[in-house]
Amino acid sequence: MFSFCTDPSSLPDWQWFACYLTSATHLNFYRAFGVVLLLLAITAPAALAMGMAGALALRSRIPPLNWLGKGYVNIVRGVPDIVFFLFVPIALGQGIEWVLHQINCPDWDQPIRQGNDFIVCRDAKMPPVNSPRWVYDVYGFFMAVIAFALVFGAFVANTLYGAMRAVPQAQVETAEAYGMTQRQAFRRIILPQMWVYALPGLSNIWQILTKATPLLFLLGIQDIVYWARELGGQKTSLFTYPHPDWRVWYFLVLLCFYLTLTWASERAFARLNDKLSRGQATAAGERQRKATS
Amino acid sequence: MRTCLESLQGYGLRALGRQYGENLLPRGLDITLCDQIVLIGSGLIWNIYFAAIAIVIGFCLATGVALAKFSQNRWINRPASAFVFIFRGSPLFIQFFFFYALFILLPRTGLEIPLGFTTLTVNTSALTTAQVGGLVVLVLNTTAYSAELFYGALRSIPKGDLEAADAYGLSGFTKFRRVVFPSMLRLAWPSYTNEAIFLTHSTTLVFLSAFPARQQSGEAFYYARYFVDQTFNPFVAYPIVAAYFVALTLAIIGIFALANLRLNRHLPRERRQRLRFRPQYIR
Repeated sequence: MFSFCTDPSSLPDWQWFACYLTSATHLNFYRAFGVVLLLLAITAPAALAMGMAGALALRSRIPPLNWLGKGYVNIVRGVPDIVFFLFVPIALGQGIEWVLHQINCPDWDQPIRQGNDFIVCRDAKMPPVNSPRWVYDVYGFFMAVIAFALVFGAFVANTLYGAMRAVPQAQVETAEAYGMTQRQAFRRIILPQMWVYALPGLSNIWQILTKATPLLFLLGIQDIVYWARELGGQKTSLFTYPHPDWRVWYFLVLLCFYLTLTWASERAFARLNDKLSRGQATAAGERQRKATS
Repeated sequence: MRTCLESLQGYGLRALGRQYGENLLPRGLDITLCDQIVLIGSGLIWNIYFAAIAIVIGFCLATGVALAKFSQNRWINRPASAFVFIFRGSPLFIQFFFFYALFILLPRTGLEIPLGFTTLTVNTSALTTAQVGGLVVLVLNTTAYSAELFYGALRSIPKGDLEAADAYGLSGFTKFRRVVFPSMLRLAWPSYTNEAIFLTHSTTLVFLSAFPARQQSGEAFYYARYFVDQTFNPFVAYPIVAAYFVALTLAIIGIFALANLRLNRHLPRERRQRLRFRPQYIR
């Protein structure tokens, strides 16, 4: 990074640290923070969409759809999440390869599960054989996104379902008295107003989601936990930057990162809540009305 | 191939260590369904050990921390709030890594704390094992979460109860023991039940993080992962561990419901709070 970094062993302390903290591996470490934020940015809308679909299924009057919604929400919420985080990517990966195998290699005569191996033909491998490394990374990342969206979608579905039922029933009846169909009443009355009721639950789920992101490490993705372990471990004099075991400092940085994230999202949700409460028939909305008039 | 009885003899107590069963875990094609059920079940010993001890110690500490956070003296409530914020605001997974890295930096020989009349030697090498060090992290974590619940309950104790206590001339510790503490528990109990369940589920993280599983003795999920690595088939071991945890969850709900009955025994039947299980697993 800096011009004086050619021979770090002879540098004074501050220059040594300047070089050390801008080394190529450290840049990867900083990029990993971006990966965490990216995961949050993709997973949150995906879980919200998943949850919305789940909530609609829960409300549905068509029995099979209703059962599907109930089954999804209760199974995912009743089983420890870690099991799901490790189960979904493997199961999904094997499922995709199995389907591709059936399509691409219809004349394959050997069984797919041979003892302890899962063997599909060459054309059915996902990602395709000889893909560059980044394809594997992206594929793994999106498997993780799907696992997160599935698990958190169930929590969101439950919250949104409760919020839809919390919108005062009299308003829906009024809408129907004005001649709106059920669908119109849902879109014009329930959908815009449910968010204020859903927000406490959603903010809770968001906090849990941020705290679940280090589990990416378990899926074999090079995330911040991976790099903190790599970089913090003791380095002998064979390395360019020898140092004793510094893992405790690296994990302290991670702790601070998550504390900041928690603190910032707490404040953001408080502001959002204020905004959504405006003009609502709730205690908070009433307080705002009195304060302005 | 082993019979089920042989798996039970070989692996029923294997989680306690090598001397309690077979030396090696079953490997590769040698793995039977019974092996998976038995070995994962034997891992539950540690889940119950971690959960039970952390809940008991955490309960006592959390009461203290909640009272400290509720105190009007800022020198007492600030540190308590900071403690709660730090442990609730960061992932348990990272806390395990951080504390493990901290514990291995302590001197191996033990810390000597002079107390004037005698010196107390703390055995620090035990802290690097999951059974002690991991437990310490779990205790700190559940203390923070429970303290927040108890703090919320303390704030919502009905004013009338406290005034009635004053009117009866109760004060100090008697007032706390007879009025404040029972009301606090009664209000916090439904959410405290959830906390106990989350804690039990998060015991699966102990061996997934930095703490080593010596002699391959780990908890249930450690073995489930071992089997998935060996067989590359997630459709057997993970459902087994999930079923065990559902059973464990139901047992906790049962025990806590009994305690809830006792806490609410003075109320008329229809006013008693029912326990509701609202799972949220990750911390």
